[in-house]
Amino acid sequence: MADTTSADTAARPSARSWDARSLRRPAIIVVLLALVLFAIPALVSLYYVDAGTQVAVYAIVALGLNLLVGRVGLVSLGQAAVLAMGAWVAARLLFATSLPFEVVLLITGSITMVLGTLVGLPALRMSGLYLALITLMLAGAITVVLATINFPNGGHGFSGYNGGLLHLPAIRRPGIAQTDIGFYRYSVIFAAIAFLVVLVHVRTRPGRAWAAIRQSESAALAAGINVTLYKMWAFALASFITGVAGALLAGADRFLYSINFATQDSITILAVVLMGGIFSLWGAIIAALLMQLLPALLNSWGVSPDWLIILFGIGVLQVLTTAPAGLIDQVPRDLGRLGRLIGRAFSTTSSASAAGDVE
Amino acid sequence: MIDVAGLTVRFGGVTPIDEMSVKFETGTCGLIGPNGAGKTTFFNVLSGFVKPASGTITAFGDDLLKMAHFRRARWGVRRTFQTEQAIEELSVYDNVALAHEHSKESAASRRTDVLDAIEFVGLEASPQAKVGTLGARDRRLVEVARALIGRPRLVLLDEPAAGLPDKETAHLGEVIRRIPERGDAVVILVDHDMSLVSSCCSVTSVLDFGKLIASGQTADVLRDEQVVRAYLGNAEGE
Repeated sequence: MADTTSADTAARPSARSWDARSLRRPAIIVVLLALVLFAIPALVSLYYVDAGTQVAVYAIVALGLNLLVGRVGLVSLGQAAVLAMGAWVAARLLFATSLPFEVVLLITGSITMVLGTLVGLPALRMSGLYLALITLMLAGAITVVLATINFPNGGHGFSGYNGGLLHLPAIRRPGIAQTDIGFYRYSVIFAAIAFLVVLVHVRTRPGRAWAAIRQSESAALAAGINVTLYKMWAFALASFITGVAGALLAGADRFLYSINFATQDSITILAVVLMGGIFSLWGAIIAALLMQLLPALLNSWGVSPDWLIILFGIGVLQVLTTAPAGLIDQVPRDLGRLGRLIGRAFSTTSSASAAGDVE
Repeated sequence: MIDVAGLTVRFGGVTPIDEMSVKFETGTCGLIGPNGAGKTTFFNVLSGFVKPASGTITAFGDDLLKMAHFRRARWGVRRTFQTEQAIEELSVYDNVALAHEHSKESAASRRTDVLDAIEFVGLEASPQAKVGTLGARDRRLVEVARALIGRPRLVLLDEPAAGLPDKETAHLGEVIRRIPERGDAVVILVDHDMSLVSSCCSVTSVLDFGKLIASGQTADVLRDEQVVRAYLGNAEGE
């Protein structure tokens, strides 16, 4: 209740005018993006630049699931299969055509959007556990199909598979991003665009409709929201960006094998998305770091990344029991608490430190 | 005018609404009855959440039952829920704007319409405040504002005063009594607070076990022997 009055005074002046505070966030994001684009490749080895590309790709995948679970309340366990479909379509297009890479990204996104929305069709009738199960089974089916027809590797026909394990030639990259560092920057930029597109959705009409649907479908219907349409819209958007991520993955890996697209990856993606935090889009970046940077670190330390499945299990348990809003909410909050605790321990006037409390 | 004829709803072997025929002419009409009488089921039929087994509902000349549920809001059916359903994650403004942006109203008038509806229900919280931070009274008012924005034709209020203290119920009653100023919507008020119903509604209908047992001037209905036995007397006797 005390919040109401503080929100009252805080919200009114900034409602319409672009003051310094409303510009601070975009400014921080631009600075962060510049650091990620230029400082990181200059400071770390190529091994970590490649890991960074994977983080960018999986941040988009996590963003798609973050949107479905966090904004609309739809639990999908088929996202790894949607990513695999995107990678397949993009690889096929890149071998078959000489279209610019960006055009391939868009076409791949559109085709994956249609296919991924089909995966989401059960969402119209189901929710919760049943939706999760159905999407997982569908993902399993897609994995089986992709393992049978194989990923395109320069062959002919519909599958584009030449019967062997060799790609001749490797999947091409855009002219401006031939090198690993170039493709890393390329992926980060497209990831940033995906975040911007989703942010615009969340902040406008579809975002409001999704918020209503997530809390109460009957309230949404009573307000005139076409619940079916907006659920499909969410699946379409998530599938589109996941398809784009698949295309970027094709360009990053350059050689695709169906063995690298396992059904259980979908479960890992959901686990890291929950750990990162589903109520903030930033959570998707944390999720991607957990899923792609952590294994790279463990590898370079000589520790098997297989241990991560145990760590993620504990992590999900931890998040579900102590911080439903994920690490993106918990870590800053707990660090703040720790800071205050230390501050209190060092200051003799303990009452003064309470002034530092935010809430 | 809302004309309900021969409405029957069956859930398996249960018949929550049994051959109900009633007319809601204009203004604010009360709908009362003991728990389980079928009041909320009737609202759910009007909003399209429940399909009746038989019967017709004609609203201002349109066949309401033919419309898909979300289209009914666009047509002008609005409602509040027994357990209040203001969207916690959204601001007061967005909660009310939600109904406006999915109605026939033009986007150009949205801002003024939303702020006007918020003012009409007497919400003191800032339009930018998140509904999750508000108390029970304000959340109720957000829901009522959402039901009144634009040009609703049929407003269903399902126990809007449930759980509110007397002072706040009085404020809510004032808001409900002023709804006719905003247009010619038919308002149906379901509540167990008889002083609220009699102060807001000139006419009242009574449901008991899915059957309409009385309908007419509120004062007469509340004195009706059958009604007293089925509902009011019963409640006092318990």
